[in-house]
Amino acid sequence: MSQPSEAREAVGDYKAGWHDPENSTIRFDFGLSEQVVRDISELKSEPEWMTEMRLKAYRHFVDRPMPNWGNTEILEGIDFDNVCYFLRSSDQTGESWEDVPEDIRNTFERLGIPEAEQKWLSGVTAQYESETVYHSIREDLEKQGVIFLDMDSGLREYEDIVKRYFGTVIPFSDNKFSALNTAVWSGGSFIYVPKGVSVEMPVQAYFRINAKNMGQFERTLIIADEGSSIHYVEGCTAPTYSTDSLHSAVVELIALPGAHIRYTTVQNWSNNVYNLVTKRGVAHEDSKIEWVDGNIGSKLTMKYPAVILKGEGSHAEVISVAYAGAGQHQDAGAKVHHLASNTTSNILSKSISKDGGRGSYRGMAKIMPKAENCRMNIVCDALILDEGSRSDTYPTMEVGNASAHCEHEASVSKVGDEQLFYLMSRGHTEAEALGMIVNGFFEPFTKELPMEYAVELNKLMALEMEGSIG
Amino acid sequence: MSGEKPILVISNLHVGIEGTEILKGIDITIPSGEIHAIMGRNGSGKTTAANVIMGHPSYDIEDGDVQLSGESILDLEPWERSRSGVFLSFQYPQAVPGLQVGNFLRKSVSSVRGDDAAKGAAFREDLKNAMSKLNIPSSFLSRYVNDGFSGGEKKRFEILQMMLLKPRLAVLDETDSGLDIDGIRTVAEGINEVVRGTENGALIITHYSRILEHVQPDRIHVMIGGKIVASGGPGLASLLEENGYDWLEERVAEGDVFE
Repeated sequence: MSQPSEAREAVGDYKAGWHDPENSTIRFDFGLSEQVVRDISELKSEPEWMTEMRLKAYRHFVDRPMPNWGNTEILEGIDFDNVCYFLRSSDQTGESWEDVPEDIRNTFERLGIPEAEQKWLSGVTAQYESETVYHSIREDLEKQGVIFLDMDSGLREYEDIVKRYFGTVIPFSDNKFSALNTAVWSGGSFIYVPKGVSVEMPVQAYFRINAKNMGQFERTLIIADEGSSIHYVEGCTAPTYSTDSLHSAVVELIALPGAHIRYTTVQNWSNNVYNLVTKRGVAHEDSKIEWVDGNIGSKLTMKYPAVILKGEGSHAEVISVAYAGAGQHQDAGAKVHHLASNTTSNILSKSISKDGGRGSYRGMAKIMPKAENCRMNIVCDALILDEGSRSDTYPTMEVGNASAHCEHEASVSKVGDEQLFYLMSRGHTEAEALGMIVNGFFEPFTKELPMEYAVELNKLMALEMEGSIG
Repeated sequence: MSGEKPILVISNLHVGIEGTEILKGIDITIPSGEIHAIMGRNGSGKTTAANVIMGHPSYDIEDGDVQLSGESILDLEPWERSRSGVFLSFQYPQAVPGLQVGNFLRKSVSSVRGDDAAKGAAFREDLKNAMSKLNIPSSFLSRYVNDGFSGGEKKRFEILQMMLLKPRLAVLDETDSGLDIDGIRTVAEGINEVVRGTENGALIITHYSRILEHVQPDRIHVMIGGKIVASGGPGLASLLEENGYDWLEERVAEGDVFE
């Protein structure tokens, strides 16, 4: 255990920064080797093909150089030998809330999960360390034939579906971190929505990194069969630790013809976390994939939710916000590839930087030569709160078909003294006024969130603004 | 108690910005229940006076004092002044994209008048009444503060805020500019409602006398070159309207007093 004061000093004033005593049943030594990969797979009693895939991915990870773009300086600071790649914090998945160990339950209760569930959740899987410890599905979901499991259970119980889709959207060779994830993944969600089924309520999972130097490599796979729809919500907070944590998830979405998947993320990592996530969906004919992605905290986030518009008439929506405070770099954006005709996409990206933080928009929008009558619309806005903070935009558009209709708008603004004075003249302190401006800037994102997330995000930003006033 | 003291006393106020003196010794006293007006051309220092009363951080107070009901407010931050009962209707209200009018009004009322004033049926009733008096449709509440508002909508929104915040002292900076005649009448009714028959006060800053016909201020102060050159009753506004500022300046130079 590190000294609390030392931890605070190292990572700053993180508002959700508590942690439980580590009560891990199984913990691997630090560092990664082929044996560690084999051991993880064996411990989970996985089928041979998964073990093989993990090993191939591991070898690719070792051979693959670090990305030479993004914030290479911070990336090079990752010490892969100083990461624990597997940790199991309770022996088995709890069947009901009461079965979950008490200290773990305390953590969840502080996150407000049981109450939230009563109000609006249709199901909860909460990832604690590497595996799911609590998992409930409401009866109506089961009755509809929806499968909602943690990924490990998904592989055990629905091996044929997993084998068919796992790694098809994001192969391990996609990038260094997708290779790492494929080698050592643990936990995450597995969802299958049968044909024609609409899941009315958002389905939620809550992720949290608790152990020091704990890499978290969750793997999520969502398949929405023809004409079905689902809204999946994940929220993340991480407690305070004095050394760096690595979070490298892979999320694959498959929207079969006519299906609709919305994937909402609000992440609030403590500012020593490397958040290097690959998210991608494939949209078949007349389907729709929406990424709603909020990034707060972390040391470095590199995340570009992607949609491959494979089927004619499919649609992509990527709405993201990023908040970069002191010592943080949010390198976020979106990627859309129009492979088929009559496909449409909207990208809205908003970033705020403060106290020397850096927000970058990085986008890749591509229309293939054979794709006729495609439309894409990209808007990126940046708000800079003080002098030393930074915002950059790296947009790439490749339009291979002349019938395409493309729009790109970018703006950078600063908070003005007159705007602050106006709000202060209505009885609001400077911090409150700043909070109003910032939350207003994020509003196009916030209004897409389930109510409780919107409230939580607004509170969080207001807290951040309080800290900024001297 | 507060009724015995003037709502606003500005005494010998000297104000500069970046080394240039803009207000060169202003004296204005507004007894409670009265509405006063400052008239003057562009650049005479009217807006500076309004901003200084509200506490704009860009100005340097070189001398003098501003008192609200006998207490100096110069050391207070803008929000503290607001919570003490000062309100400024801005000449150029600022847009805050993403901040909904309804939320903003509730938060402002809560900050200025306390949480209870911003809750429940009483607040909703208040809001409904004020909006209907100002001919503001309820769809307005879900728009963003001053974002894409027309000139007239901005001014009406300022008055709506004034009516809900119920200030002791309302300062209205060029609230009539950009309004048609119906708008001016509506705004004037709002000002009268906040001040007449109360212990509150208002200071209207304008360069036209149009709004004054509807408000009937108790006193008019004419500002030229950072000084009040003449003060008088309502008749002063019409004299000014007929003859112009040059004429007034000459008469003042010749020693006329417009009481």
